[in-house]
Amino acid sequence: MTLLAFDWILLIEKFVLIAIIVSVSLVIAMYETYAERKVAAFLQDRPGPNRAGPFGMLQPLADGLKLFMKEEIIPNTSNKFLFILGPCLAMLTAMMTCAVIPWGSHLELFGRHIDLQIADINIGILYVFGVVSMGVYGIMIGGWASNNKFSLIAALRGASQVISYELAMGLSLIALLMLTGSLSLRTIVDQQMAPGHLWNIVYQPLGFLIFLVCAFAECNRTPFDLPEAENELNFGYHQEYSSMKLGFYLFAEYINMFISSVIMATLFFGGYDIPFLDESTLNPNVAALLGGAALFLKVVFFIFLFMWVRWTVPRFRYDQLMDLGWKKLIPLALANMVVTGAVILWLKK
Amino acid sequence: MSITVVLFWFLTALALLSAIMVLLSKNPVHSVLWLIVVFFAISGHYILLNAQFLAIVNLIVYAGAIMVLFLFVIMLMNLNAETEPQKNTWLKLAGAISGGSLLLILVSVIRSATDMTGRTAQVGEGNIGLISNLGKALFSEYVVPFEISSVLFLSAMVGAVVIGKKD
Amino acid sequence: MGSVSLIILTIAAIVFSAGGILVSKIFVKGSKNPRKGQPYECGIPTETSPWKQFHVGYYLFALLFLIFDVEIIFLYPWAVVVKKVGMMALVEISIFLFILFMGFLYAHKEGALKWM
Repeated sequence: MTLLAFDWILLIEKFVLIAIIVSVSLVIAMYETYAERKVAAFLQDRPGPNRAGPFGMLQPLADGLKLFMKEEIIPNTSNKFLFILGPCLAMLTAMMTCAVIPWGSHLELFGRHIDLQIADINIGILYVFGVVSMGVYGIMIGGWASNNKFSLIAALRGASQVISYELAMGLSLIALLMLTGSLSLRTIVDQQMAPGHLWNIVYQPLGFLIFLVCAFAECNRTPFDLPEAENELNFGYHQEYSSMKLGFYLFAEYINMFISSVIMATLFFGGYDIPFLDESTLNPNVAALLGGAALFLKVVFFIFLFMWVRWTVPRFRYDQLMDLGWKKLIPLALANMVVTGAVILWLKK
Repeated sequence: MSITVVLFWFLTALALLSAIMVLLSKNPVHSVLWLIVVFFAISGHYILLNAQFLAIVNLIVYAGAIMVLFLFVIMLMNLNAETEPQKNTWLKLAGAISGGSLLLILVSVIRSATDMTGRTAQVGEGNIGLISNLGKALFSEYVVPFEISSVLFLSAMVGAVVIGKKD
Repeated sequence: MGSVSLIILTIAAIVFSAGGILVSKIFVKGSKNPRKGQPYECGIPTETSPWKQFHVGYYLFALLFLIFDVEIIFLYPWAVVVKKVGMMALVEISIFLFILFMGFLYAHKEGALKWM
C-alpha cells in the first residue's frame, strides 16, 4: 500500500486553508445581512438594528439562533426528499465557488511556500461558470418540490432568469480572456499587478458593465429580484421553507453575493493588487496580508454597491428583464468581443 | 494502490451505480438528478486524465444546460410515476434479455479490438485535453468542421423557434 | 494537487450542507399540526395541484439557452489562442458568429425572444 505517497503536510495545509476560507465566507455572509439592514437604514434615514450588542453588532447571531429554533414545517403534499435536497444544493453550489479565487499572493511560514488559493486550476473562470450554472438546481428543485403555485412560478422565473443572464456573463468574459490569454485567475491577477499594466477595467469597461449587470441577475438581487418579488409571489421560491432550510437559502444568496463581488474585484480591479505600490519590495508575508486587506476593501465596496442599488433602482418587469438579457446584453457582449479581438490583432501588427 | 487508482474505482462505481439508479427511480425528477451524478462522475474521470477543459465543459453543457432542459420538461409536463404507462412483466423480461445480449456483444467486441489491447490510459500526464492545445487544434486543423458546426447550431435554433411557435 | 484540494472542498461542502440540515433536526421541533402543512397560498383551501403543464415559452428559452451555451463553449478556446493564431482566427470566428447571428435574427423576427 503506497496510499501515503503524497505530501501529507501539503494536505494539512490545504485543509487549514479550506477551513479558514469557508468560515470567513460564512462570517462575511452573516455580516452582510447586518450590513444590508444598516445600509437600508442609512439610506432611509433611520437607525436600523441597534439593540443586540454595541451598534446591533450581534444581530446576525440573534437572527441565526432564531432561524435555528423555529418550528419546522414540511408541506403535506410536497416531495419530501427533494424539499430537503433543494436548500442543501443551494448551499453546496454557493460554497464550491470559492475554490479558485486567489485571496492573496503567498505566505512563507516555517520555510514553506503557501499559496493563498485552494486550487490553482488552469481553467479557473470556466470552473466558476460551471458552478454558477449548477446554482439553478437549488432554486428549481426547491420551488418545484414545495408543491405551491407561488413557489413554482417563482422557481420558473428564477431558472429562466439565471440561464438567460449566464449567457451574457459568459460572453462578457471572452473579451477579457483575449487580453489575458489565460483562464487561471491567479495569472489574471499577476498580469494586472505587473508594472506598466493597468487594471483590466481600463481595457474592458463595457465588459465589466455587462458582467456587473449579470452578477446582479445571477444573485437574484434588486432590480432583478423577480423570483422573490414579494408583492407578486408572496415570498418567492422559498416561501414554504422555514427554520434552518430557509436559513440555508438566504445564506446561500449572501454567499453568492460575496463571491461575485470577489470575482469582479479579481477579474477587473486587480484582485489583491494595491495601486501605486510595488509589492515585490515588501516582505512576502506583509505583502500577502496587505494584499488580502486590499481585496477585502474592494469587495466591501462591491457589496455596498449591491445594497445601494437595491434601494435606488425599482424592480424590472419580467418581459423587460428577458428583453434586457437576450436582446441587449448578448448582442452587446458579442460586439464587444469582436471589437476587442480586432483591436488586439491590429495593435499586435 | 495510488490515490489515482482509488479515485478511479470510486468514480467508476459511482457512475455505474447512479446510472442504474436513473433506470430504477420511479420518479422522473429523481432520474434526472441521478443522471447529473453520472455526469459528475464522468467529469471526475476526465480530470484524472488531465483533461480539465473537457471535464468542465461536460459539466457546463450536460449537467448545466441539457439537464436543466430535461428538468424543465419533466417538471412542467408533470410526468409523474402515476402517468407513466405500466408495462407488463413479459415485456420487461424481454427488454432485459435483449439489452443484456447487446451489452455482452459490445463487451466482447471491445475486448477483442486490436486498437484497444495493449493501450494504457495516460493518467494525469496527457495534455491533449488542455484548453490551449484544444484551441490550437480546433482553429488550425479543424476549421471546416468548426464552421459547419455553426450551421448545425443555426438549424437547431430554427427548429427550436419553429417548435416554440406552435402554441 | 489542485484536484485533491477540490475534492476536500467538495467533501467539506457536502458535510456542511447535509450536516447543517441534520443538526437542525435535533434542535428544531417538527410541526405536529397538520393544518400547518397545507400549502401557504391565499387562505382559502387550495384548488388543484400546481404540478401541471406550463407555457411553451419556458421550454423555448431553455432550448435557446442550450444552443448559445454550446456556442460560448466554442468561444473560450478561441479566446485563449487568438493571439497565437492571429488574423485567421478573427476571420474564422466572424464567419461562425455571422451564421449564428442569422439564427438570432430569425428568432428575433419570429418573436421567439419576446416573453410570452
